[in-house]
Amino acid sequence: MLPNQLSPESFAAYPPEAKRVATARIELLQKSPLAFVPLLLRELIVYDWKFPAERKDLDRQFAWLASLSPEQFAAAMAAFTKLSLAPELEKTDWINSPGIFSEQLSAHLWKTHQIDAFSAAAVEYVQKSGASGGEDALPTHRLGIVVIGQGVTNNRYRLFRKLRPLGTYFTQVKHENGMGTLLQVVAKRAAAHPEPFAHWYIDGGAPAATDPQSPLALVSYAALSPVRAAVQSRMQKLYEAPVFDPEHLRTALALTRPEEVGLAAGRDPVLDRFQLSLITEGSGTQVFATTFVQWAAREALRRAQPVTLLARFAPRQREKPMNELLTETQRNPELDPQGSLVDADMGAWYTWINQQRLTGADKSAFLVWFEDHEEAVVVAPSFERGKRSDAAIKLDDLVRQIA
Amino acid sequence: MNRPVNLHSANPRQIAHAISLSRRNFLRSVTGAGAAAALFGSAPLRGMVAPRSKKAIVVTFGGGARDDETFMPDGQENIPHLLNELIPQATFFTQVVNKGILGHYVATASIVTGVYETFNNFAAVSPDNPTVFEYFRKDLKRPATDAWVVAPSNGFARIGESGHKAYGPGLGAGVILPKRLLTAALSANSEGERYQHLLRDNYETPLYAPTLAGRQIELNQMADVLKLSVDDFATHARSLASPDELSVYVAKHLMRELAPSLLWVTLHDIDIAHSGTFSLYIDGIQRCDRLCAELWQAIQKEPEYANQTTMFILPDFGRDSDLNSGGNGFQHHRTGDQLSRTTWMMVLGPGIRQNTVVDRAVDSTDLIPTLGSLLGFNARFSQGKPIAEIA
Repeated sequence: MLPNQLSPESFAAYPPEAKRVATARIELLQKSPLAFVPLLLRELIVYDWKFPAERKDLDRQFAWLASLSPEQFAAAMAAFTKLSLAPELEKTDWINSPGIFSEQLSAHLWKTHQIDAFSAAAVEYVQKSGASGGEDALPTHRLGIVVIGQGVTNNRYRLFRKLRPLGTYFTQVKHENGMGTLLQVVAKRAAAHPEPFAHWYIDGGAPAATDPQSPLALVSYAALSPVRAAVQSRMQKLYEAPVFDPEHLRTALALTRPEEVGLAAGRDPVLDRFQLSLITEGSGTQVFATTFVQWAAREALRRAQPVTLLARFAPRQREKPMNELLTETQRNPELDPQGSLVDADMGAWYTWINQQRLTGADKSAFLVWFEDHEEAVVVAPSFERGKRSDAAIKLDDLVRQIA
Repeated sequence: MNRPVNLHSANPRQIAHAISLSRRNFLRSVTGAGAAAALFGSAPLRGMVAPRSKKAIVVTFGGGARDDETFMPDGQENIPHLLNELIPQATFFTQVVNKGILGHYVATASIVTGVYETFNNFAAVSPDNPTVFEYFRKDLKRPATDAWVVAPSNGFARIGESGHKAYGPGLGAGVILPKRLLTAALSANSEGERYQHLLRDNYETPLYAPTLAGRQIELNQMADVLKLSVDDFATHARSLASPDELSVYVAKHLMRELAPSLLWVTLHDIDIAHSGTFSLYIDGIQRCDRLCAELWQAIQKEPEYANQTTMFILPDFGRDSDLNSGGNGFQHHRTGDQLSRTTWMMVLGPGIRQNTVVDRAVDSTDLIPTLGSLLGFNARFSQGKPIAEIA
C-alpha cells in the first residue's frame, strides 16, 4: 500500500485521539512519501499516551507541513522521496505497525548505504519543523539536578571531568540533609508551576518520601522491580521461540501492554506507558540501576521536556569476573558502588547534554552532587566556567542560587 | 558570567567537523610521533630494510572503542600499554573509516573480505565475498592449519570462509569460539547451565545465540588441534577474568602449537557498553589494552613469530558521539555518525616504520589488500587498496 491510498478507514484500529489527528491530517499523509509517512505514524499511533510537550511537537509538525506551498512541501520531502525503497516495504502493514516498518526501513537503508542520506534528511526535517512555531515561553528556567555516588566512601575516580570546564567545581559543600534539601527545592518549583509532567524525580533505588499531592512525576528502579522481572521473562520467551529474528525483538516488546507486566491500571496511563517503555526499549535498563536512571532521565527530558529534573543514581549490581563466576557458588547479587559512581558520573554528563538540547538552554541550570560528600559542580549562566571553589558553602545555599 | 553550550541550536555537521579536527590533533600530540608523509613521503620503508614479513596477526576490537575513551586526554589512562609500549614501535593511522553496516559480525566480515558485506548482522551466514584466509591459502597453497580465527561469539562461526563459488568450503580458516568451547567443557561437568549468562553470545542481543553452522572446532577436536585437554582448558579458564582473556589464551596456545602464518583474533569485552554501564566499558578497554601488549610480547617470545610477524590492531568501528541526539553516546553504534564510523589502526613489525602517524583517511576495506601485499596473495575481489605506508 502507498500513502496516496490512505483513507479515514485506514486508521480504524488507532486509539481515539490518534485517530482524530490522523483523519484530520489525512491529505498531508496522502501526499507524503512512503519513506516518511510511517515514521510520522509511529509517533502518531501513540498520541493518546504522549506527554503534553510531545503532543505539541507533533501538532507543530503537522501545522508546519500544512502551511507549506506545494513547491515548499515537495522540497521538504525531496530527500525522503529520493530514497530508493525495497518493494517489500510497501507490503508491510505500515499503518498499524509503523514500528516494524521503521526497523525494516532502517535495515534496508544500512544495507543499501542510504543511511547517511536518510539521517541528513531527518535532521533537516526536525530542524525546520521545530523552528517553525518559535519557542514556547517556559514557566521558569530549566533546572537539572543529578545526585551520584550513593554508598561510596573512598572515591578513586576523578569526578566531573567533562562538566568541570563548563561550570564551577565546589570542593567544600556542606550537605546536611542533602537529599531532603534537594527534594524541597524540587517540590517548591513543582508547587509554583504545577503543569503536568513539568517536574520529575527519578531514583535508581527506592525513592525518598515525597508529598503524594505534589505534581511531581516519580519513577524509581525499585518500584519497577516486578515489571522488570516480567519483561525479562517475556524477552527470554521471545529468544527461545522456534523462529527468532532479533531485529523484531524491540518491536515485539514495544507491543507489550502495561497491564501484562504488572503496571497497575487506574494510575496515570501516560506515566505507566512511559515507565514500560523504559524497560522494553532501553538497553540494560532491566538489569543495571545506573543505566536505568541515565536512560530514564534522557527519555524524560527528550519526551516530557520538564523544567525540573532530579535524578539520583544508586548502586547497580556488580558484574562478576569470569573466574569468580566459574569458582563461586551462587550468591545474591552484590552491589558495585565504585563502578556505579563512574557510570553515574558519565550519566550526569549525558543528562546535562540532554537538558541543553531543549529550549531555554541559555538560561538553564544544572547541579551534580557527589552524595554525602563535599564535591559538586554547577553549570549555570551565573557561575564561572572552569573555576574551582574551595570555599565552604551549604548545599542549600548552592541549590537555591540556581533554583 | 558564561554562556552555556546550547546544543538545541547546534549544527551537527559543524560539531562533527570540530571533533574530527581535534581528534587528529590529539592523536598526534599524544603519540609524539612524526608524520609519515612529512618525513618519508608515502613510500614504504620496507624496501630499505628487513625481509618481508612472513606472518601476520590481526586483532580487532569487536565492540568499537571511541577516541574519547582511548587516545583523547581523558581516555589515555585506559590504554597505557598501547600508548607507551606499542605506539612507539608502530605506524599509527588516525582515521580508519568504516563505510559499511555497523554491526560487529557484518563489519568484521567486511574487514575480512575487503568488501562491505550487507547480510543480516545476526544471521549465521558466510560472507558473500572471499575472505583473507581463502586468498591466503589458495594463492599461497597453504594448509588448513596455517590460518585461524579466534572469535567471541557463535555469530562468527562462519567467518572463516565465504560462499564465493571460486573459493569457499575447504579453503578457509579454522574458527575457534572459546566461549562455546568453554560452554561445552562446563556442560560436560554439569556446570553449563549455571554459567549460561557468563557465556552470553553477544551484548547486543544478550540472551540470543545463533545456531552454529560453520567450520568451528568442537570440544572433542580440541585435544587433537590445540593439544589441550578439556580439563586443562576448563581449569585455566577458572583463572581468567573475562572471555577476551580466554580468547588470547587460546590464541597464544595456537601460536605455540600450530604457529599459523595468519591469525585473526577478535576481542569483544568492550561491547558490554551496550548495557549502558560506562565503568564496565572502560574495564573492557583496559583489558584489551593489556591483552594487545601480551600478544605482542608473545610474538617476540615465540621463535616462529619473532622478527617476522606484522601485527595489526584496530577497532572494527567506533561508537556513537555524545553529541548525536540520535544515539546515547558510548552505549551503542547506531547513528552512523562520523565518530561511530571512524576509528584508528596501529601496525607493528619488521619493516614497519616506528613512531609514525599517518593522518590521511584509509578505509577499513584496505586492510586485506594490504595483507595481500605483505604476505604475497591477491585480494582480487576486495574493494580496498593496499595502504602505501605499509604494503
